[in-house]
Amino acid sequence: MMSNTSFWRASAAWMIGLAVVFGVLPLVTSSYQMSVATEILIFALLAMSIDLLAGFAGRTSLGHGAIFGVATYVVIYWTSTLGGSPWLALALGIVAATLTAAVFGLFAVRAGGVYFLLITLALGMIVWGVCLRWTSVTGGENGLRGVGRPAIVADPTMFYYATLATVLVFTFVIWRFANSPFGLSLRGIRDSESRMRSLGYATATHMLIAFTFTGFIAGVAGALYALFNNFVSPSTVQLSQSVEGLLMAIIGGVGTLFGAFIGSAAIILLENFVSEYTARWPMILGFMFIGTMIFAPQGILGALRELFRRRRS
Amino acid sequence: MGSLNLVQLLNGLTFAALLFIVASGFTLIFGLLRVVNLTHGALYLFGGYIGYSVALATGSFTLGALAAMVSVALLGIVLDQGLLRFVRRYELREVLLTLGVAFVLNDLALVIWGGDTFSIPVPEALRGATQIFGSYYPKYRLFVLILGILVFVGLWLLLNYTRLGALIRAGVDDAEMVEAMGINIRRVFLATFMLGSSLAGLGGMVGGAFLTLYPTADAEILVFSLAVVIIGGSGSLPGAAIGALLVGLLNTVGQVMFPELAYFVVFGPMAAILAFRPLGLFGKAA
Repeated sequence: MMSNTSFWRASAAWMIGLAVVFGVLPLVTSSYQMSVATEILIFALLAMSIDLLAGFAGRTSLGHGAIFGVATYVVIYWTSTLGGSPWLALALGIVAATLTAAVFGLFAVRAGGVYFLLITLALGMIVWGVCLRWTSVTGGENGLRGVGRPAIVADPTMFYYATLATVLVFTFVIWRFANSPFGLSLRGIRDSESRMRSLGYATATHMLIAFTFTGFIAGVAGALYALFNNFVSPSTVQLSQSVEGLLMAIIGGVGTLFGAFIGSAAIILLENFVSEYTARWPMILGFMFIGTMIFAPQGILGALRELFRRRRS
Repeated sequence: MGSLNLVQLLNGLTFAALLFIVASGFTLIFGLLRVVNLTHGALYLFGGYIGYSVALATGSFTLGALAAMVSVALLGIVLDQGLLRFVRRYELREVLLTLGVAFVLNDLALVIWGGDTFSIPVPEALRGATQIFGSYYPKYRLFVLILGILVFVGLWLLLNYTRLGALIRAGVDDAEMVEAMGINIRRVFLATFMLGSSLAGLGGMVGGAFLTLYPTADAEILVFSLAVVIIGGSGSLPGAAIGALLVGLLNTVGQVMFPELAYFVVFGPMAAILAFRPLGLFGKAA
């Protein structure tokens, strides 16, 4: 176990490193690459929300992609169909995602392990079903087209930096949340729920708050995605969105938080690369999932860390 | 509820019968082997497509159904012996692995059969409608209802009155003890896995004839099966039956009364049951 100061320093170094790497990126990349980098940042935030729940509360969610998509739908619906203000739309989208997460949480938090996963999966798929069928609002399979970004972030570079700033702020918030006393009690619940309960902790309430908070984060990512993609369809809320987010968290290493950036970069770069040659991305995603589960369930960072530890000792 | 008539009630019941056929396989594997097989929806879709191709080539619905069951049971063996064996007893890794397989199979189906919608041709004898309680109703859907009941009775007898059933139940309670008695428990579990998978294949064939087959049918049937198992409780045959009835009927009510929001009507009761019985109506803590 690292001492407190060195842990704090390591985290600060990570965050500064991230800010520097992503901060200078626009200086050396083309506009296409910058849009890929924007996408990486947005999905890193989604992956972090899943990682927070999986790594610190011990609950694997397959519903966060749907929560993410709820925010995207609300933002685009508010701006394009209703013609409302984009800033209010962002706020409403995040609120809608947070509320969705709270409802999901009410049903899911009392279950653990596989049951939790199944319930979040089923709830997420209900969102997908509703988006697909509720044609009068969601546009059904055709989806909804947005009205473009507000003028201040219309320029891709500006939008990139705005995304970076938002993601970094929330990265800090998540990190603070995970290492707060509340975060510590979540870890306690992860390790032994019955013990925490007998110590007098309201474990279900803790879980509900944690779930809602991670839904809020996923909602922020989803709202950013609405600005980024300017289009939403049922594929934004479908299961593969949750699966991709979870795979990013796992590849980056569950419980590492910052690993989400590595996982997100790995998956999105690969997806962009593969899509140039074949339309078989879902199959490749599936194979990656199978491979990760069999060979590296602790992720790339986890596997590397294991390697370091072995060499050191 | 004035708009709900006998035909719609029968629609709900026949859909419930199909759901039971599919979900009983899921609950069997989940409850007895402790494997949450998220490939089940993809197995349903594969069963349907293979059954469709065979039925079209041979002109026989029965042959198609047999081919669907056998080929999907074989897929089940490959899944269990080829992949799941590496992650045995890590519940979460098992689930996520089956999810990965589901993605691969779904995409594979898209490559092989394309994105068109297929409808499996119904055998001659089951075409047309018959009169029941004064209304005309498609014969084929009544056949599905009877098949669902037969599958329930068959599974019930198998689990409670045969040696294999006794072994399965014993293996669930204490696999090591069963092994110590000189019985190859892995073989028993493999048989269960094949049986559960073949039910998904049968479901695909039967369902493909009246719900049609298309690339996202697997996700839809999976979410319904999940709802059935979550409501009924894992591993419980009566639970699956009651869950299927509830989901089937509610889905019909939802489609009649709120066509665009039918999903919510299924989801409401599921949520209510979860709030009071997190393990489902018939679920027992593992």
